[in-house]
Amino acid sequence: MLQTKSKLSFSDFLEKNASRGRTMLLPALLKAQNEFGHISKDVATEIGQALNTPLADVTGVIEFYSMLFSEPTGETIIRVCTSPSCSARGGRSLHHELLHQLNLVTDGATPDGKYFVEKVQCLGLCDKAPSVLVDEIAVGNATSERIFNPPDDLATKIYPQEAVITQRIGNVYPTSLDDYLNNQGFEGLRKALELGSEKMIECMAESGLLGRGGAAFSTKLKWEGAAAASGQSKYIVCNADEAEPGTFKDRILLENDPFAILEGMLTGGFAIGATKGFIYIRGEYQKAQKVFAQAIESARAKGYLGKNILDSGFDFDIELRSGAGAYICGEETALFESIEGKRGFPRLKPPFPTTHGLYQKPTVINNVETFANISLLFRIGVDAYRNYGSEKSSGPWLFSLSGDIEKPGIYEITRPTTLRELLASAGGMRDGKHLQAVLLGGAAGKFVHPDQLDVRLTQEDARAAGLTLGSGAVIVLSEDVNLKQILADLGHFFAHESCGKCYPCQLGTQRQAEILDRNLAGETLDEDFSRLEDVGWTMTDASLCGLGQTAGSAVLSAMEHWPEIFA
Amino acid sequence: MKERNTITLTIDGEAIDAPKDATIQQVLETINKPAPIICYHEATTSEGICRQCVVEVEGWRVLAPACVTKVNDGMVIFTNSDRVNRSRRTILEMLNASVDLSESPELQGQMDQFDADRERFPQAKTRAQDVKDDNPFFVRDYEKCLMCWRCVQACGDDIQYTYSISVGGRGFESKISTFFDSSMPETTCVFCGNCVAVCPTNALKGKTEYFMELGLDYDQIRQEKRKERKKNGDG
Repeated sequence: MLQTKSKLSFSDFLEKNASRGRTMLLPALLKAQNEFGHISKDVATEIGQALNTPLADVTGVIEFYSMLFSEPTGETIIRVCTSPSCSARGGRSLHHELLHQLNLVTDGATPDGKYFVEKVQCLGLCDKAPSVLVDEIAVGNATSERIFNPPDDLATKIYPQEAVITQRIGNVYPTSLDDYLNNQGFEGLRKALELGSEKMIECMAESGLLGRGGAAFSTKLKWEGAAAASGQSKYIVCNADEAEPGTFKDRILLENDPFAILEGMLTGGFAIGATKGFIYIRGEYQKAQKVFAQAIESARAKGYLGKNILDSGFDFDIELRSGAGAYICGEETALFESIEGKRGFPRLKPPFPTTHGLYQKPTVINNVETFANISLLFRIGVDAYRNYGSEKSSGPWLFSLSGDIEKPGIYEITRPTTLRELLASAGGMRDGKHLQAVLLGGAAGKFVHPDQLDVRLTQEDARAAGLTLGSGAVIVLSEDVNLKQILADLGHFFAHESCGKCYPCQLGTQRQAEILDRNLAGETLDEDFSRLEDVGWTMTDASLCGLGQTAGSAVLSAMEHWPEIFA
Repeated sequence: MKERNTITLTIDGEAIDAPKDATIQQVLETINKPAPIICYHEATTSEGICRQCVVEVEGWRVLAPACVTKVNDGMVIFTNSDRVNRSRRTILEMLNASVDLSESPELQGQMDQFDADRERFPQAKTRAQDVKDDNPFFVRDYEKCLMCWRCVQACGDDIQYTYSISVGGRGFESKISTFFDSSMPETTCVFCGNCVAVCPTNALKGKTEYFMELGLDYDQIRQEKRKERKKNGDG
């Protein structure tokens, strides 16, 4: 059975970790939040003093993360998702119904302090929309009744063309190291250790492996850069801050095949000469955190983490960190800042993580699915790996399907496939409805018009069609969906998640949300269309990081396809 | 022959020689074409926040902030393209819809220069709020605050190492925070005045200036200040 988190009390935790200083700020704040229901001024003072962190900065960090509260909340926190996939499937009416049932007018605590309700952004449960998080329990296909009597977790369905990355899912007990070993576990690492760093990087180059987090950056370039960087301390970081609306494939991998990710981190660590890895899992993914924590413990107990792994002389260990409610922390440098105990502000680049990453040390940061691919690549070899995918988008790719589709779930694509074929393999439109649009790549992606369905789902084909696959989110919207509502949802998403560092995004996401709200309410002003264009292009062109640079992209694509809905 | 530490780049069609590690803005200054700036200050760390100094670099997907982007040999830069001008104008228009810029002559000048419409964003949420007047030395009028971060930087690692303020909130709701909203005398503030000195918009204002604007004469101001010092146990 899954173990619960360490039983250490808040005070013991603080005492034990004080010597590590500010990097332990977010863990300490989360610990206090969990233990006391909020972080009082006294507790915040204690934390700041113990971790040698200015008190003003402690407040700055508490205010940045939406799962941290400086005021009491409620005994039970109910988080209702209103991101596009859930909004399109009744999330907003569920939220209204819940407030009504608890006699609340707006989000907040019930007078008896029993419940605290809030609308939240994507929970990564999009295939079971509408979804709700009741404290740590994920409730899919949520109704007001199910919220108060949470049923057992509904399993997400996996539909592979050929089960490669998803091969073990459902066939092993996720936290059983023996199961993993009996299913070719750590074979890739063994082969990699024999190859040595230089040959591994060659192999990575030949594989053409691209990152699966959304930017599709070459893993070989990251490895090469960090391996060549000078310095003794280097880091491997697994970005498990999956929060792109409509994306839940990383959650599935973390919950069902954690050792494959752990093995990928070890493999990457050996390739670049790192001895320490961090995995940063978003705060909303409690189950994934528990599963992964247990995988780390088992691996450590059997010598797969620690000193002299597999008798190779290679030392490596992994520390698990929890996010605390901030989409921006999926941006690589913001994630480093968060681990360092700061607000999740993206850094200026250059310098890049390969030379100045976590703690300003050479770092390779990859997405969860990328690490699973690294394990796979070294297990089956370059030729076998390149048999999957296309020339320029090698290997298997995961897509998260949600919305008005018959069979929502995770789709593993192992051969070039068009969006039309993917939708057909998912049983087509739910209840025989007509397709209105697909939001491809999540909130940071673009709308696909029904006459664009013949695009192949490879990086190169998507780019040629002016689209992006992003993190593989495919949100299917039927004729019944009010696109103005979805656009307003996107506006709220970015306004809520902008970190506020650079002006185009901090101001633009707010202005964009205001205009899209007016559009939804039928109160459009003259020239709102051109305002929206200027805001969108200014965010795209001038923002500091990928969040702002994509905050206008879905809206701009909708303006191109359906200008008439902005009247 | 070119010196080893010199590169050549093209700015608005003109070939320019420049030192290898210069920023675009440093080169623009040498040709008397500095990019407009909001957050930049020579005494504080450039974080590339305001993006008002962005220029277009040929072949780059997004615009580059001139204050922190280093020049390269062969770089082709446009300081006056449609993309550049749209971004600069829109940033000013969005800012003016959110923040009181009435005491920022430089930004008023930029709005004229880039043809910004001061009423471009009607019905916009603003950061209007009351003045925080909690100490004898300066007031904090955050509806004038641009979130340039200079005060936080001056209070912290760039000048004073006092760390009494931090960036708080998030997104549009970003603000300058103290620990649990403490008054300035309750914080580590030593009233050095560096934050006031680097503030570009008069959001931070010396108390004398503030009182004079309220119409108090010198005697009244002296009395007000004496009262405040007593209140803070300092008289």
